[in-house]
Amino acid sequence: MKLTRRNILKSTVAASAALTLPHLWLPKSSEAWGATLKKGEPIKVGLLFSLTGSLAVPEEDSTLVMQYAIDEINKAGGVAGVPIEPVIVDAKSDFAVYSEKAKELILRDKVIALFGCYTSASRKAILPTVMQRDHLLYYPTCYEGAECTQNTICTGPLANQHSQDLIPYMVQNFGKRVFFVGSNYVWPKESNKNAKVWLEKAGGELLGEEYIPLGSSEFGPVLNKIREANPDFIFSTVVGASDIAFHKQFKQEGFKVDKMPIASLTTGEIETRAMGAEFGAGHFLSAPYFQSLDTPTNNKFVESFLASKYGKNGTTHYNMEETYTSAYVFKAGFEKAVAAVGVENVTPRIIRDHSGGIRVEDDVSPEGLIWIDENNFNTWLKPKIGQCQADGTFKIVKAAENHVAPDPYSIYPDAGICTKDGLKAPDGKIRKSVI
Amino acid sequence: MDLSSLLNALILGVSIASIWLIAALGLTIIYGTAGVINMAHGELIMLGAYSSYMLQFHLGLPYLLCLPASFVIVALVGLALERGLIRYLYNRPLDTLLATYGVSLVLMQGVRLIFGSDPKYLAVPEIFQSNVMLGSVSLSAFRIVVVAVTALLVIGLWLLFYKTRYGVQVRAVMQNKEMAASFGINAGRIYMLTFALGAGLAGVAGALFGVLAIVLPTMGASYVVQAFLMVVVGGGSLAGSVVASGVTGELQSVFAFFTNDTFARFIIFVLIVIFLRFRPQGLFAQAGARR
Repeated sequence: MKLTRRNILKSTVAASAALTLPHLWLPKSSEAWGATLKKGEPIKVGLLFSLTGSLAVPEEDSTLVMQYAIDEINKAGGVAGVPIEPVIVDAKSDFAVYSEKAKELILRDKVIALFGCYTSASRKAILPTVMQRDHLLYYPTCYEGAECTQNTICTGPLANQHSQDLIPYMVQNFGKRVFFVGSNYVWPKESNKNAKVWLEKAGGELLGEEYIPLGSSEFGPVLNKIREANPDFIFSTVVGASDIAFHKQFKQEGFKVDKMPIASLTTGEIETRAMGAEFGAGHFLSAPYFQSLDTPTNNKFVESFLASKYGKNGTTHYNMEETYTSAYVFKAGFEKAVAAVGVENVTPRIIRDHSGGIRVEDDVSPEGLIWIDENNFNTWLKPKIGQCQADGTFKIVKAAENHVAPDPYSIYPDAGICTKDGLKAPDGKIRKSVI
Repeated sequence: MDLSSLLNALILGVSIASIWLIAALGLTIIYGTAGVINMAHGELIMLGAYSSYMLQFHLGLPYLLCLPASFVIVALVGLALERGLIRYLYNRPLDTLLATYGVSLVLMQGVRLIFGSDPKYLAVPEIFQSNVMLGSVSLSAFRIVVVAVTALLVIGLWLLFYKTRYGVQVRAVMQNKEMAASFGINAGRIYMLTFALGAGLAGVAGALFGVLAIVLPTMGASYVVQAFLMVVVGGGSLAGSVVASGVTGELQSVFAFFTNDTFARFIIFVLIVIFLRFRPQGLFAQAGARR
């Protein structure tokens, strides 16, 4: 074909038509999943985490523990007799890649569910795709709430579950005056809004609030301000590499952990090992899971995970545990859906519809019994407070006696209530978030 | 606001400036002498941190000895890089840009293959883990170490460039490579030594940053941007980088003191853009023929 203007024009038109076509004939996942789920063939799930880049530190571990959980489920006979096959992709810590890979997993690989994301930014990057296809995302970590989608099941704590015990505990034990430090993005800001509500209830006083650019490692100016304000404790939502720099410089600048401890929502076993236990010791963390949790289920989980080929990093972590339990939430949801409609009719949406109220019992869930909320599909769990010890493990100083309900709109009562059909506004209208 | 807290902010500014400067030193020398825009500078910093980690973890070397050892190791890496790749590209500045970017990716992935992508940890002696109080002014002991090492390196470099035979040769090559060569100076050798020296300086910076922050395969990326800024604002000369880092560090500390960290960075980058609009050649541009 000669390169004339007309030919180029023709081929451009043809190419763009070809590009738009798939959207015309590919089924929405709410329609029958059909022949892709023939009996005996493995069922595909997508593992959408970053294996490289700045988010690899928590997310690579999530991929490993997910593979471990899938192996364990397959060894025990799979889900409803069908083995699971993970499709592993690398989102490269790049939000555009998250979105692209989510499309690829759903459209090309035809996975029945996605497990993935760590930051809220990446979740928000793939949600439009997930909602458009009426697909299903298992989001296995903590987040801020204030979201009511019909396509996400979250196994980590929401902001209300994080702060509710931690703030009063710190106020009681160390004093009323607190300084907030966070990374500069949506989750720390929303978490701090939540924490302020609990701080007010506990009678505390907020001395200052500072945000650091994501990835920054210069905490000198912030620590100077903290020294000036001299709070009784610091509430931290600094994440990732910055968090490690923050704890190191806290000690290097002469702050004393017994006088002014940091109460964090993220500094767990992985972070503590990366900074060195002497910089982590004495600080507090709120999480539903700690490696040191002394239950038969957890001891078995830690031992067999670390002995498996996936346990090379040498520790377990709340984020990993939440990922592990999400596999069992999927298993139970899938099996309930199969029992209700038969294996050839299962779709992501039907799994979601059968996931409300699913329980992961004491003998499976390392953190102890959890269950999925009937309405907002977040998790009922028991938040715990741990204090880091000199050897880098955490000693649990307080555990909630009862399960705490996930409440995505706890600080936005005017927004309405999250129900399984959509956000129910105070005027009674239900706003669906399916695109 | 009282005077002592402002004084604290000013002193912290010196420390921030020293961090910006030590990250930029190696880059300044390589860019200033050979005109090579070394995109792999951040990864050389990262290699410095990993060298220290390796020496400490496997050989039990005390931290302070890790600093010179990292210099040597990363300088050797730089030497190999220059001999194997960069020397073929001196007359093709755009190609060096791409080639060194490629090298940076290779180094990052290589380290990830060997050490994994989980963060590593550098131990320092107990005395560097706390602070020093001078009246109402508080100073972190380790930040003092960083300032001291930076000052020593700057003085050392100044002596090297202005008081030694090697320095005279370097400056001659910088001004006019062909003319210098006609006087019997081996320009290729000067470039090689300078590149290795610049790489070694990045290694020392890495060994320090590993203690201040974190040792990760991707750690270099966060320093390389500020290093480039300092070199561009300074004009590629040693004095330029010193002044640019000093001013930027102080401004960041003082702005952050009056407002907040995010806003301080915003202002600094805006000021740098405005500055470069009116003085694109930087603070102290070098005389002489550029290649």
